[in-house]
Amino acid sequence: MNGWRERLRMNLGAIGARARVRVVASWRERSWIVGETIFPFLAMSAFVLVYRGLKAPRIYEAFVVLGGAMIAYWNNILWSMASQFFWEKEQGQLQLYLITPISRMAILLGMALGGIAMTTSRAVVILTGGILVFGIPFPWDRALPAFGLFLLTLGAVYSLGMILSSLFLMWGREAWYTATLFQEPIHLASGFYFPVRALGTVAASLASILPIAVGLDGIRQVLYGEAAHGFLPLRWIPVVLVALLALFLFLAHRSLAFMENMGKREGRLTLRGD
Amino acid sequence: MTGTAPAVQTERLTRSFRGRRKEHAVTALDGVDLRVERGECFGLLGPNGAGKTTLIKILTTLLLPTTGTARVAGFDVATEPLQVRRRINMVSGGDSSGYGILTVRETLHLFARLYGVPGPEARRRADELLEITRLAEKADTRLSSLSTGMKQKLNFARGFMSDPEIIFLDEPTLGLDVEASRDVRAFAAGWVREREARSILLTTHYMVEADELCGRVAIIDRGKILALDTPRALKRMVSSEPVFELSIGTGGGTWDGLREVRGVRSLSHHAHPATGAIQLKVAVDEDQVIGEVLGRLRDLGTPVLHLAKSEPTLETVFVQLVGRGLDDDAVAGTDGAPG
Repeated sequence: MNGWRERLRMNLGAIGARARVRVVASWRERSWIVGETIFPFLAMSAFVLVYRGLKAPRIYEAFVVLGGAMIAYWNNILWSMASQFFWEKEQGQLQLYLITPISRMAILLGMALGGIAMTTSRAVVILTGGILVFGIPFPWDRALPAFGLFLLTLGAVYSLGMILSSLFLMWGREAWYTATLFQEPIHLASGFYFPVRALGTVAASLASILPIAVGLDGIRQVLYGEAAHGFLPLRWIPVVLVALLALFLFLAHRSLAFMENMGKREGRLTLRGD
Repeated sequence: MTGTAPAVQTERLTRSFRGRRKEHAVTALDGVDLRVERGECFGLLGPNGAGKTTLIKILTTLLLPTTGTARVAGFDVATEPLQVRRRINMVSGGDSSGYGILTVRETLHLFARLYGVPGPEARRRADELLEITRLAEKADTRLSSLSTGMKQKLNFARGFMSDPEIIFLDEPTLGLDVEASRDVRAFAAGWVREREARSILLTTHYMVEADELCGRVAIIDRGKILALDTPRALKRMVSSEPVFELSIGTGGGTWDGLREVRGVRSLSHHAHPATGAIQLKVAVDEDQVIGEVLGRLRDLGTPVLHLAKSEPTLETVFVQLVGRGLDDDAVAGTDGAPG
């Protein structure tokens, strides 16, 4: 029992310590504030202005703002979390984590929480800017259930990030190229800037393995009801997200252990030779 | 298990790396049997490609053995890695640890937390290690502003933050200046001496380092342990003839004729880079022969500035066992071994 408690304490401490690195880094790097908040807001604004120029319904501008806020989390798991083990390995630092007695999941969870804290400030700027600058409608009375769905979505998205992290761990550069290759198709399939239903039933169904697509669809439906042009029935969405969260967490755990073991067999966890 | 088990024990430990083709496979470790006791500083001497780092990687659970077993603190590295990791740490020389955005102190705290060291204890250890590594003044400096040597000293301090039972030091002074290397060696020697049952496994290709720090030394080459004993006993193994080192002035006649003195077995020379004085290394059959040599130099009118009898060093032992110096290139075919 004591051993179990000790391990829990150690892993929680490690999660906090690793998350802190991310938070400290984001606040000490002044250029980050411009690069991660102002510029993405400008990118999102471009889509709002396109819809406005086309005289699309105002609700589409709200889609764009919500999508702009959520895209930050997707980019964060892909480039700051999934690829992190790859970069740690490139810098010769991965071995320092791998020889510690803590769980690899704890390290990734720490990165995830730090990343969420950092990315949330970007999401908040986009959301606040969208409401204040573009006057998009935001039904505050439905904010709480929408926030609940948002948390479920984050859980599933970051669990997927842990699986990707194990792939990056083994196939570093190849995984990097593949992720770059799929970046735009995933942006499209996730419906960041339009309702995912517009993709058609087949494509939207395939996109539903992406928790970010399911979550965004659900959040829009909670906030804007029928006008959100939802794809999955709203009552299914929490169930799907919980299922994806459980599945991804299980797969991440197995995948990390498998990849680490394969790396130990093949000598691919570290760079320095003898 | 246990505080009484040997710090490290390997039996017929072998590690091979597959090549693209079968004939390109490399055996980095070949049936290594090793036992490092608690409280011991044990040295592993070998050239690049000898298998030192592969062995360390296996013992630190970063690599699996192909065959054979390796136990650290009594736990099998392949089947009980978590138990091993709780008791060890590692410092690889030439590497730095941490993130440029963090300060020196924050970096030490980060790694302390990864081992479950409570906050107040982490602060105490960080203060102590910063003092010892002479980084105290830089405690609040970001890593991105540190020199390479300072980053390496920080990496060294990081390894001791968890107060491990067994620490693996893989070329810990690589790239450090003389003073910093001395600090690091002094700290490592004190650490193993003053703390009960703490052990160090040190790999190095600096003979002086192994000689100064280690109670026992193993000489490894091409994945095999060639010799294992105390530095003193290893040196005794070398039944070399007496060797005298002479520093002579440039005046007088040619000294080439010294080779003809009866009892002189070999003679080598080089010019001192700063003074221009000639340094002679003369191997003789017996001590008395050096008298003949000095007499011949006097006859030539060549001033003798300095004379010393050179004792065998670990380098002598190494060259005799391996057939080449430590700094010579690794054998072709093992360079590409990823371990």
